[in-house]
Parts: sequence; C-alpha cells; structure tokens
Amino acid sequence: MTDHTSKVLRVGALARVEGEGALYLCLQDGEVAEARLAIYEPPRFFEAFLRGRSYREPPDITARVCGICPVAYQMSACRAIEDACGVVVGGQLAALRRLLYCGEWIESQTLHIYLLHAPDFLGADSATDLARTHHADVERGLRLKQAGNAIVELLGGRAIHPINARLGGFHRLPTPSELRPLAEQLRRARDDAAATARWVADFDFPDAGCDHDLLALAEPGTYAIESGTPTVMISPSGAGLPADTNRALPTRTFDVCEFDDHVVETQVPHSTALHSRLDGHRHLTGTLARYAISGRWLSPIALEAAQDAGLGNPREGAVCRNPFRSIVVRAIEVLYAVDEALRIIDAYEPTPRACVDVPPRAGTGYGATEAPRGMLYHRYSMRDDGTITDASIVPPTAQNQGAIEHDLLRLVQERLGSGQPTDAELAFLCEKAIRNHDPCISCSAHFLNLTVLREGRSASIRDGGRDSQR
Amino acid sequence: MSAEPDHRARRPKLAVWKFASCDGCQLTLLDCEDELLGIAENMEISYFLEASSAPGPGPYDLSLVEGSVTTQHDAERIQHIRNVSSRLVTIGACATAGGVQALRNYADVAEFLAVVYARPDYIETLATSTPISAHVPVDFELRGCPIDRGQLIEVIVAFLAGRTPNVPAHSVCFECKRRGNVCVTVAHGTPCLGPVTHSGCGALCPTYGRGCYGCFGPSNSTNFGAFIPLLRRDGMNTLDVVRVLRTFNTAAPEFDAASRKELRQ
Ligand code: SF4
Ligand code: SF4
Repeated sequence: MTDHTSKVLRVGALARVEGEGALYLCLQDGEVAEARLAIYEPPRFFEAFLRGRSYREPPDITARVCGICPVAYQMSACRAIEDACGVVVGGQLAALRRLLYCGEWIESQTLHIYLLHAPDFLGADSATDLARTHHADVERGLRLKQAGNAIVELLGGRAIHPINARLGGFHRLPTPSELRPLAEQLRRARDDAAATARWVADFDFPDAGCDHDLLALAEPGTYAIESGTPTVMISPSGAGLPADTNRALPTRTFDVCEFDDHVVETQVPHSTALHSRLDGHRHLTGTLARYAISGRWLSPIALEAAQDAGLGNPREGAVCRNPFRSIVVRAIEVLYAVDEALRIIDAYEPTPRACVDVPPRAGTGYGATEAPRGMLYHRYSMRDDGTITDASIVPPTAQNQGAIEHDLLRLVQERLGSGQPTDAELAFLCEKAIRNHDPCISCSAHFLNLTVLREGRSASIRDGGRDSQR
Repeated sequence: MSAEPDHRARRPKLAVWKFASCDGCQLTLLDCEDELLGIAENMEISYFLEASSAPGPGPYDLSLVEGSVTTQHDAERIQHIRNVSSRLVTIGACATAGGVQALRNYADVAEFLAVVYARPDYIETLATSTPISAHVPVDFELRGCPIDRGQLIEVIVAFLAGRTPNVPAHSVCFECKRRGNVCVTVAHGTPCLGPVTHSGCGALCPTYGRGCYGCFGPSNSTNFGAFIPLLRRDGMNTLDVVRVLRTFNTAAPEFDAASRKELRQ
C-alpha cells in the first residue's frame, strides 16, 4: 500500500446477505480510483470432491452449496447430467420441475424482498424491527414466503435441500388431492403477491442506471426459469446510449454447451469467488437481466402489475436498469411465479411413472437454469459407468461481482460529487447497493469490512453500534 | 439447558453464528414463518446477520452456531463466541460433524485447491473441516442437513423453559414405523440408511419412496456389522457403501469408522 496508509473502517457486517464480503475503495483527488468487492468464503471444494462420485449424486450434493436456492442447484445438475446421458425430461414431469422451481422463486425472492431488502427503504435494521412499524406488511411477506415453501415441501419433501428431486424426474409424484389445498393457498398468495408489488412500487428510489451486458436464459413463449438458451442483451454504452436507458437493446444467443467459451472465469487475489467476464465484458445476471430478456412473456396478471408498478410495458420494449428498483421487478417475478404455479397445478394430469430412466454413458453434459439470483451453470464429464471425472459450477454471484463493483464505483463517485460523505455514510450506501443484487455469497461469516484509502490522510474508525464481535 | 437470567427482567439474547456452511440451517429459523415474530417477542434476536444489520453486543444467552471450522481465523473466532455465550447449541451436520466439506479430510487439500483455483496460493484454508465440538465445549447438538424446523423450535422453547430439549436419538426406522410407512428395504430391496441414521426428519425419504441417505448422521446405537451386509444384499458394492457414508456427515465418528473399515476389507 504505497504512500497511503489504509483506513480500515469496520462497518461490522455486510448484513442481510449470504456470506462474507469486504469492500475496498480507493479515493484520489475526489475521484474513486478503484472499488473492489472481496468475497471471503472459506472454500468448500464441491467441484473437487464431485470427482469420483456417481452421476446420480450431484443433485443431492450440490444442493448443499446453498441453502437459499437448493432447487436451482438440483435442477441445473439434473439438466447437465441428463444432457450428458442424452435424456430430455418432458411432459408433466418437466411441468412439475417448473412448479418446484416456482416454489423456490416465491420463497427466495420473497425472503429477499421482505427480510433482506425492504428494511433498507423503510429505515429498519431487520424484518423483526420492521414488524414494529409495518406489522401487517411483514405478516403478508411471511405468508407469501410460506406459500412458496409449501410448494417445495410438497413436491420436494422439505423446503431446504429437498429429497424428492432426482435424475429423470422425481422419486414420488404428488396426487391431485394433495395439490388441491396447495392451489387454495396459492390463490391467497396471488393476492399477497399483487399487494407486495403495489407496496414496493411506492418506495423511494434514487435515480440510477447500470451499464452492463445482461445475461439470462430465454425460451420464447414463456418466462424462462428451468430451461432456455443463454441470451445476452448488450449494455447501453455498447449501443452508444446512457446507462439508465430503459429500452430493450439488441440481443444475441449462444448454446449452453458453449458457456465456457463465452463466460470466462478468472481468479483475482482479493476474493475466493472467481470473477467472470462475458465475451470480455462485465455482465449482470439475475432479476433485472431476466426481466429485460423474458419480460414480454409474463402472464397477463403479472404484465398488468408491472405497468401499474411503473415499470412500463415489457411487450413494448420497456426494461428496468435501475438496480434499486430490482425489488419491484422481484415482486413482479413472485407474482408471475405464483400465477404460473397455479396454471401448472390446474393443467396437471398424473402420469404413470415418476421418472424416466437415465442410463449412464461416457461424455460431457451442460445445464443452466435461472436461480432466483441469476443464471447457474453446471458441467459434468463422466465415464461410461457414470463415474464423474470432472465438474464445473458457475454460480450467479461470481458472475455478478464485476457488475456490482461497477455499480459501487458509480454510486460512490456520484455521492462524492454532492458533498463530503462520512465513511459511515459511504459504507451504508455501498451495503444498499450490494443488496440490490441479492448476492448469495454463502459459505462464510458475513462481514463487510470497508477499507477506504484517501490520499494524504488516514484514520482508523470503528463504528461502535455496528460492531461485529470478531 | 436453562435460561438462567430472569427474563421477566429482560428478554434473553439470541445470537446466530455462521462458519463454513450453506446457510440452510440458519435459514430454517427464518422459515419458521408462523413462529418467527413470536420468537422475537420472547427473545431479543441480538445477533443474526442473515436477518439484521444491527448486531447487538454480547454476552448472549443462547448462541446457535452453524457451519464447521475450516480456517485458522474461524478456529480463533469460535473461542471468542464460546466466551460470550452462556449456552452454545450447534445446528446442523456442518457444525456437529464437519459437514459435506469434511470430505477434504480424506484428500490432499493442495490437490483440491488446484482443481478449483488457478492460483491456490491466494486461498487460505485448513486441511480439515472439523465440528464445533472439536474446538469448544458445546451444550447441545442439533442434527440434520438441514435441521428440522420443529426440532429447532423445541430447542428454543426448551431453552426458554429451562429444560433439556426433547429430541430423541433413535433411528429413522422408528419414525417410519410411527408414520406407518412400508419399509423400502424389506418391500423393495432399496438400500436405506434408516437403521443407522438419527431420527428428526420424520422418515422423509422412505415416505417419498427412496432410501435414507443419512443426512441426520448416526443414531445413538449403530450396528454396522449387521447393517452393511444388508446394503450389499440390496446391490451396493464397497465403493457405494463408502460413498454413502462419506457424504454430509462424513466426519461423524461412527460413519467415519465404518467407511474406513469398509475400505480396509
Ligand atoms: S448442515 Fe447442511 S443445511 Fe446445515 S448448513 Fe450445513 S450444508 Fe447447510
Ligand atoms: S430419511 Fe434420511 S436422508 Fe432422508 S431426510 Fe431423513 S435422515 Fe435425511
């Protein structure tokens, strides 16, 4: 650290996210020279110990990467391994997988909206704190989250690390009579989801834009969740436009088996999570990207709610590039997922077999699905007896890290331009900006240590009220 | 366990800590939708970073610890947490048995690092993943990967009432019988770890027609001598047996010993 002395501001925790983060800001001449988000997760080595395991195991094992989105891991693993085995799961079994995934979307996105993100807009520290001033709202959130959990519990056996998903389908199928009470609960949840969209639409949002390429799956005709083709929407600057342009821009697609050629991971010294670039550019995956790419396929009720919430009409090319409004888009996705779950249940006809056979064969398979917080890619190679020889997992947060850093840089720059922020103000601003993207940096304790390097002066401040007991 | 301070005077303070883990066990607390606000009325949720950005200072009356110890830094941090906690309860397979990341205990960690990272030298990690009890005294261990919501509430209620949690240590087979399930091993020849696995899940897998894979870890009495021939009869070879024991509770002493014995034979 050359001639500067580092100023270590322990803001305590990067709270209300999964994982441990540290942030490094380097300020020179009133400008932000660098913003680096470091993720310090103790490595858990999933890719290493999947080698030598049976091809039937990744759905159960990789679920344990993340307790917040285990279904996403199970579904990406199933797709990749079935791809290697040349099996496509279709019909009612595919519909039930989508239903299971809808459950996780409802549960996880609602968790983020009410328990992690809304407190930022309403001046509370937590949802229980929020419950003192907004009791009915928090109760609605918990009820909605419960409806998502109810889907995952019925189809998956339990809400966290479901046991019923397997290669080729399920171990056991639900009966129509089991689905009936679920449908009743979901009809109430649809009202709660619509009310949620109205609630968050009224929050105060700072003006902001984001200038990243957007990456999401696309499946024309439906809002892509558990399958689709990787699709890229270019960044505004790529089209010579300002960052906050809320219009759809040109897209291109590539096959999921070319994912490794396009999304290239590099390791950086400051983080245990790998950084990735999409065709050499910074990119963002997750709610905003999905909405930009699939928004036109929303169901009528979700489409109407999006317009009522001020997001414009995605069928006419409206997108949202304000990361602070991601909470609104997330609420629309929850409403869509509830509506979609009801549609699937209505159309459900029991099939004779709970799964199709997936015989092993030598080869490599690729799979990507839309985890609530972004595209999750798996690749497996195996021998003809089904023994895995190589595994690769690219989670959404690792992909988003560069985009989050860029957002931070812009926001801090803007804040510096409008006065002299204290380090505590900067820290809070940065925490909020990070939470916009619902990063899931699981696998560690949660701390955001903010290091600010300011030219010519240094100090070490510890924000007592937010002390992190470490 | 007892809730020692008089909580008419003040609500006991709850803290939730995380080590190497997936967050699933602490998320179980947030999944108690019907009870969450009630818990918050009876206990001060003082330190819970997944849920609150205003951590309160210790000491804490009840600390729930998720995750295993995999870095030198964490080995030091758990000492501090023990010092500021009256009661310390581990939640989940990671905290009670090293978790799935304890698979490194059988491997060369340098090799593992090289598989995942281009620059292994940037990464700080211990060669092992160890349970919390390997580092500090633990007052109660709650099993499961993930833990069961009902059992978690029982632990909290028992703490508030000053009694020991009522969490039986018998096997999954008991729960299957109580649920009236047909035994998947007897009826279908499906390999099932139920006879050696700790209860708590309500015999979930057999209820869904699959064999138990042991996510709650070993039950209080395991007879591997009688059990492993059963797995073989149902079609598992040595490597299958070793793999199923070496998954989410691989560092639990009973599973560890049985898998090592298998490999020696
Ligand atoms: S025990 Fe399982 S559910 Fe709990 S933290 Fe560990 S991996 Fe996650
Ligand atoms: S039956 Fe076994 S593997 Fe399945 S949930 Fe219960 S303890 Fe876990």
